[in-house]
Amino acid sequence: MPDATTMPAVALSGIRKSYGPLEVLHGVSLAAREGEVISILGSSGSGKSTLLRCINMLEVPNGGSVAFHGETISLDQTPGRAPRPRDSAQINRLRSKAAMVFQSFNLWSHLTILENLIEAPVHVQKRSRKDCLAEAEALLERVGIADKRHCYPTHLSGGQQQRAAIARALAMQPRVMLFDEPTSALDPELVGEVLKVMRDLAAEGRTMLIVTHEMAFARDVSTRTVFLHKGRIEEEGPPSEVFSNPRSERFRQFVSREHLQG
Amino acid sequence: MPFDLPFLAESFVALLRGIPLTLQLTVLSVVAGGILAFGLAFMRISRRWWLDAPARFYILVFRGTPLLVQIYIIYYGLSQFPVLRNSVLWPFLREAYWCAMLALAFNTAAYSAEIIRGGLLSVPAGHVEAARACGMSGFLLFRRIVMPLALRQMLPGYSNEIILMVKSTALASTITLLEITGIAAKLISESYRPVEIFVCAGAIYLAINFLVARLFAWLEYAVSPETRKPEERRA
Repeated sequence: MPDATTMPAVALSGIRKSYGPLEVLHGVSLAAREGEVISILGSSGSGKSTLLRCINMLEVPNGGSVAFHGETISLDQTPGRAPRPRDSAQINRLRSKAAMVFQSFNLWSHLTILENLIEAPVHVQKRSRKDCLAEAEALLERVGIADKRHCYPTHLSGGQQQRAAIARALAMQPRVMLFDEPTSALDPELVGEVLKVMRDLAAEGRTMLIVTHEMAFARDVSTRTVFLHKGRIEEEGPPSEVFSNPRSERFRQFVSREHLQG
Repeated sequence: MPFDLPFLAESFVALLRGIPLTLQLTVLSVVAGGILAFGLAFMRISRRWWLDAPARFYILVFRGTPLLVQIYIIYYGLSQFPVLRNSVLWPFLREAYWCAMLALAFNTAAYSAEIIRGGLLSVPAGHVEAARACGMSGFLLFRRIVMPLALRQMLPGYSNEIILMVKSTALASTITLLEITGIAAKLISESYRPVEIFVCAGAIYLAINFLVARLFAWLEYAVSPETRKPEERRA
């Protein structure tokens, strides 16, 4: 049995995902070591969000495997049937260690911000309510919305909601964080406040996989950049290399196009 | 001659004795029908045709036929079957009380199932996905996330259904039950003064339904603190 600390935090191997006859991921392999910040780039329809959602099984891959710290998720991938996890207890346990931040925040509208933060720690991880509350207060302080803790999500701006969603993810004490276009639904002037929180998380050595369109963020913050095109990894490497000297013509075009738009 | 006050008061007091039975029929059938309705709603949204189809058929039949006909079929029709007459259920099924209850419960289940289904479908997919991504599933996900959100959508429609049910219990009078309308019919046959008596009966139903409507208004308020501004809420 290999030591869990030497294993990649997340290892995807040969991930294939299809919807009916349409295959959107054609065997993608990617491993994130502990403390790595991987930004996943790609144009719309490249499969980057699907890839991220295959990590925590919001989408179940038709082929390939996913492992967290060496523990492979047990999947039933019988051809001709919809793929599904074999062990829902395993899925729930691993999901609570791989928190996700969504494009549309998805805070629970019937709970206050503080209640949103302690929901999963108390009910999924069965930690004491008192500890969770104290930790949640500290997290809200950290993302700069402590004054909003008794508000409901609808009373917050988009940027505040996304910061609350990041705090909710952190409240589960995750070992891996998944970000699915966390700034794409935000007004431009609110993007900065969310990126700042994410920069801080990267700086403290958290393992993060980020699907994003923020080129500057990907270049400055990530330890590795992955460019997806039509369900395949087209370019991969440290941002200092891939941005200044891309091997793939498509990535070169993509970067210049995104820069013109930005 | 109309509105002889002493007679009005006398009838009113006589009709009040029907309230417990009216409320019993309402509450028990709503509870039993509500449980059945949840089952039907889950069958409807199961995306398995062999669960969906029977639920659809049930709802079609019980929404598509008059409650009065359903009451008659259960009260007069079930005794035609020797199997039922000889079964352990017969002590119940021969009683008008249980037949009325059964018909009311079956009927409200069909309507409530659609209200519940609508509520469940209204829950934003992103909320459910966020809960799954946190490791929630099954009953925990239902209890903590889906149901509280669905309830907000269901309550207005469901309050309508309860008010209709209070009024529907009047049909139980057709199979000998002496709830409010049953007592009214009996008093009329004794006094031949339908106007005063029906006015009294109507007033009692109105009062009950006023309370039902207030109860649901309060429930709606209580379960949706997020719709109020923070300063309007008590901390």
